Amino acid sequence: MIKIEKLHKSYPIGKDSLHVLKGLDLHIKEGEFVSIMGSSGSGKSTLLNIVGLLDGHDEGNYFLNGQKIENLDEKKAAILRNKFLGFIFQSFNLITYKTAVENVSLPLYYQGMGRKERQKIALQYLEKVGLKDRADHLPSELSGGEKQRVAVARALATKPKVILADEPTGALDSITSASVMELLKEINRDGMTVFVITHEEDIAEQTDRIVRLKDGVIISDELTAKKVNA
Amino acid sequence: MKFLFDKDTWQEIYSSIRKNKTRTGITIIGVMWGIFLLVVLLGAAKGVENNFNKLFGDFATNSVFIWGQSTSKPFKGFQEGRQVALKIDDIEKIKQEVKGVELIAPRSQDGGLVIRKFQSGNFNISGDFPVLDKIQNKDLIYGRFINDNDIKEKKKVCVIEEEVYKQLFEKDEYPIGELVNINGINYKVVGLFKESQTIRLGDNIHIPFTTFQQVYNRGDNISWMIITGNAESSIVQIEKDAKLIIKNLHKIHPEDKRALGGINLGDMFKKITGFLIGMQFLTWFVGIATLIAGVFAIGNILLITVKERTKEIGIRRALGAKPWEIKRQIMLESVFLTSIAGAFGIIFGGLILMLIDATLGKGPDAALTNPTVDIPIVLIAALTLVVLGTLIGLIPAQTAVSIRPIEALREE
Ligand SMILES: Nc1ncnc2c1ncn2[C@@H]1O[C@H](COP(=O)(O)OP(=O)(O)OP(=O)(O)O)[C@@H](O)[C@H]1O
Ligand SMILES: [Mg+2]
Repeated sequence: MIKIEKLHKSYPIGKDSLHVLKGLDLHIKEGEFVSIMGSSGSGKSTLLNIVGLLDGHDEGNYFLNGQKIENLDEKKAAILRNKFLGFIFQSFNLITYKTAVENVSLPLYYQGMGRKERQKIALQYLEKVGLKDRADHLPSELSGGEKQRVAVARALATKPKVILADEPTGALDSITSASVMELLKEINRDGMTVFVITHEEDIAEQTDRIVRLKDGVIISDELTAKKVNA
Repeated sequence: MKFLFDKDTWQEIYSSIRKNKTRTGITIIGVMWGIFLLVVLLGAAKGVENNFNKLFGDFATNSVFIWGQSTSKPFKGFQEGRQVALKIDDIEKIKQEVKGVELIAPRSQDGGLVIRKFQSGNFNISGDFPVLDKIQNKDLIYGRFINDNDIKEKKKVCVIEEEVYKQLFEKDEYPIGELVNINGINYKVVGLFKESQTIRLGDNIHIPFTTFQQVYNRGDNISWMIITGNAESSIVQIEKDAKLIIKNLHKIHPEDKRALGGINLGDMFKKITGFLIGMQFLTWFVGIATLIAGVFAIGNILLITVKERTKEIGIRRALGAKPWEIKRQIMLESVFLTSIAGAFGIIFGGLILMLIDATLGKGPDAALTNPTVDIPIVLIAALTLVVLGTLIGLIPAQTAVSIRPIEALREE
């Protein structure tokens, strides 16, 4: 599903450049549930953004669903994002003046789907995350955990192949974190590839595979106990 | 094009506007003010122009009135202070020698007591040729004006003004063929005309010029004359030439400025026209400048909101919005705001014009007449707005997509 070979990424900082990803190799197959761990500044978000086509890479190869990603213009990137990828952010990134159901249906809008159908699907996904009764609430009227569940529903709405989550529980307490993780597990059980960044060991333990980054290189990549035992 | 008719497109715009009520209000007011000014000023200018046109009315605008006064310089043995009396022969001379003259009418006037049955009143009596009707376009209610036969046979006929009729006749009485007594002589009424709303020459009763000459014992003297120029000629030049000839005939010093009086309608008209053109130019200038300022304000505020909405735009792009979709949305927003503002401006402008019309545009002393703006001008202004709105929307639209989604999202 996601295949990365010798991936490099640097950010220009003034005249110098900061080498953030130093030749990563990573292969994530369809249906995997992978977490990335690493200290702050190790390049986790950078990696996820490249995988999510929000940012480009400097060197190396990246294949998404078998398609080589290079010379991508914004329009193609937008289409691929819409078709293959669903994002969940630490800070939820809901559109503040849209209700829960409107937020969830937004990616469908950019798919060109008609309004009624969009509404229907969005409600289905809100139901899936247990927030059907909050469909007409604005984000400001929802708790953090509820917001993140709306964001999950939004990421799921287009039935993407991969869910990319950058510290989805970073802003949540342990109980709401657990409910969001439950959701991600359920999604994964349905066959979606889930790729999640986290700082917390116990969150990572709930995934199938942990990739550890340090200073832009992968220092370990192993299946979790849960997966090994299974 | 499909997206224009898509409910979602408009809902996006609606929610974006609803979210930014104040800035939307402010920008709308900017453009509205511009087009409002344009409509009101153009309408008022038109009203003033109409008023001037009404003022000149049926009167030939390229005409000059000339009469005799007293000389201010001694000349050829004559003392200064001599009274100049224009002669009927002057008319022929001017006709022959001044180029560009179209019509020329000598006039004689006097006052008189007019009696009919038990009614009476004091009125102005004018001795005229039929040509006056061509110059002034008498608005006849009944009958006719003086004709050539009246002149030739020195007939005792008269053409009376409505005001005279009202004083001397019973209501609904038919005046034609009736007799009125002017200074002791009976005249038959042959015509009834409406008082001129515009340039009033103080005519109450017209009688044939020749009759006047005889009855009032004027000999060859005339009171004054009206000359009109043809289309190609300059009425100012005609006035100069005619005065020179008269001065020559009456032995007046060529430099004598007081000896002959004159009012040049053509000259006045030209000055007023120039003033009106200037006013219209100013109106356009002010209106368009305000409009452009308003549109720039919209562009500027859109730019600010685009920056405010950087994050939102980043989210949309992460969710799969293509750059073009973002762009056209912002441009449409710009066009929509400018158009709405324009529409309100036009409507309010129209209402104000109606109000002006109702308060200042009624009655004979109205400052304006029928202040209106031509539909094509309004349409052009509206179209300009849409075009400007599109163009100015390009800037924030481009800004919105020039930020990469990753940067947009990172911004906290
Ligand atoms: N746009 C950028 N320009 C310059 N440097 C950047 C940029 N984005 C990230 N960096 C730098 O790259 C390094 C990796 O950043 P990244 O966001 O990937 O870290 P991270 O592992 O996600 O950290 P955290 O756990 O704090 O989120 C950091 O040193 C960061 O300062
Ligand atoms: Mg990060």
